[in-house]
Amino acid sequence: MYRENILDHFKNPRNFGNLENADATQKEVNTLCGDEVEVQIKVNGDAINDIRFNGRGCAISQAAASILTEFVKGKNFDEIKRLERNDILEMLGIEISPVRLKCALLALYALKNALRKVENA
Amino acid sequence: MRQEARTINAQEIKKDFPLLQRKFYDKQLVYLDSASTTQKPSVVIESLKEFYEKYNANVHRGIYKLSEEATQLYESAREKIAKFVGARPEELIFAKSCTEAINLLAYSLELKEGDEILISEMEHHSNFVPWQQIAKEKKAKLRFVKVDEEGKLDLESLKAQLNEKTKIVSITHVSNVLGTINPIKEIADIVHKNSSAVFIVDAAQSVGHMKINVKDLDADFLAFSGHKMLGPVGIGCLYGKAELLQKMKPFLYGGDMIKEVTFEKTEFNDLPWKFEAGTQPIAEAIALAKAIEYLEQIEMDTVEEHDRILTQYALEKLRELGAKIYGPNERAPVISFNLEGIHSHDIATILDGEAIAVRGGHHCCMPLMSVLGISGAARVSFYIYNTKEDVDALIEGIKKVKKVFE
Repeated sequence: MYRENILDHFKNPRNFGNLENADATQKEVNTLCGDEVEVQIKVNGDAINDIRFNGRGCAISQAAASILTEFVKGKNFDEIKRLERNDILEMLGIEISPVRLKCALLALYALKNALRKVENA
Repeated sequence: MRQEARTINAQEIKKDFPLLQRKFYDKQLVYLDSASTTQKPSVVIESLKEFYEKYNANVHRGIYKLSEEATQLYESAREKIAKFVGARPEELIFAKSCTEAINLLAYSLELKEGDEILISEMEHHSNFVPWQQIAKEKKAKLRFVKVDEEGKLDLESLKAQLNEKTKIVSITHVSNVLGTINPIKEIADIVHKNSSAVFIVDAAQSVGHMKINVKDLDADFLAFSGHKMLGPVGIGCLYGKAELLQKMKPFLYGGDMIKEVTFEKTEFNDLPWKFEAGTQPIAEAIALAKAIEYLEQIEMDTVEEHDRILTQYALEKLRELGAKIYGPNERAPVISFNLEGIHSHDIATILDGEAIAVRGGHHCCMPLMSVLGISGAARVSFYIYNTKEDVDALIEGIKKVKKVFE
């Protein structure tokens, strides 16, 4: 599970920090582990223009957030809404035990809820 | 006493536990999660099998010989377990778990608006949530004894919060996170001198690890679970002083807890059956008595000494690795720790790859985690079947964890 790319994203997270004038901010917490991921997005029409995340927690949750933010930049809403479990696992390139799955999916959950906020605004 | 305690040959004891022979990823299992649940010796597993093959019948009901035998075994198990904690059989109530035993008290003890319940910041959710909920329902006030920097109960905080409104005080004997052994006798004395409250002890982490005598401790109630002391899951016990139990209303209603039922009313059964509605975990009670026999052969002083030696050894080794350890030095065989910059679930996952079973997370103590200012910790816990080699394997495993995150 702790491949080089996961550890690299954990130690040097991409798109980490805050966005000025974010269109939506969404924080999700994994109460069982205490993992936290907050996603901030700026949109352009129906696409993600820019994205940042903040968080703390296990290597899987933080690396997944970092990898996801890289992947979704510039993608349109429909593409992102179609993302599911297997897409995240593919991006991570590792096998994840069922108990750790929610760590891997936390950032996606936050991102989808952020999109919902934008759409409902 | 201490110097005369025999020592355990844990390597030999391990052979009595079939599960500990298992391998994961081609490596021998190192089980360090006995504070969650202990493994079971063959005598306990055999006892369950024997009951269903030879004695299975409902108890207190049949006129036939088989039911009489089952009843005899069940009630002898109660006698054995009661004696083990220094109680009389009629004061020992069977429940499905320690949690259920505490819920029984939360529902059956009388409380009215304005009354106060006092627990501590180090309680497990099972000695926390029932009181929080019942306090809300009865408009009672829930208060908390503080935990000091070292991870011990602040007895001044206990004293300061006791008053004429305090009706229930419920405190854990041993913290499942910090390993702290609370001075129960002293606490009982403080509670009884400064209030008219009943004093409840959550003994889930202590009964299987040290000699307990409820009369010596002067506890009004004491709850424990079978599966944390070599017994099967599905059986818990509640000790209560007879005069208090007699005054309480039943928790659950149904069969076996009645003397006479008419269309108009029901007369409840005598102690302890008044609190045992429905068919009880009969095989589990009998198997728990077997587990106690097994522990008695080792002797509880010896168990305690083994726990102590192993825990001190592990504490020293973990400190050498720079682990942040929570709780006092003198403690029960439970150690929660963190490694700088590494989440406890990452520690647990990497150790699992070495077939070392440890816990990560909040250990059902979220309020305590907030007091400690952390979201979780890795936790190792030991029992009679753990060896110094198990601790050495843990230390090697942690070195690997550190290397991965270097």
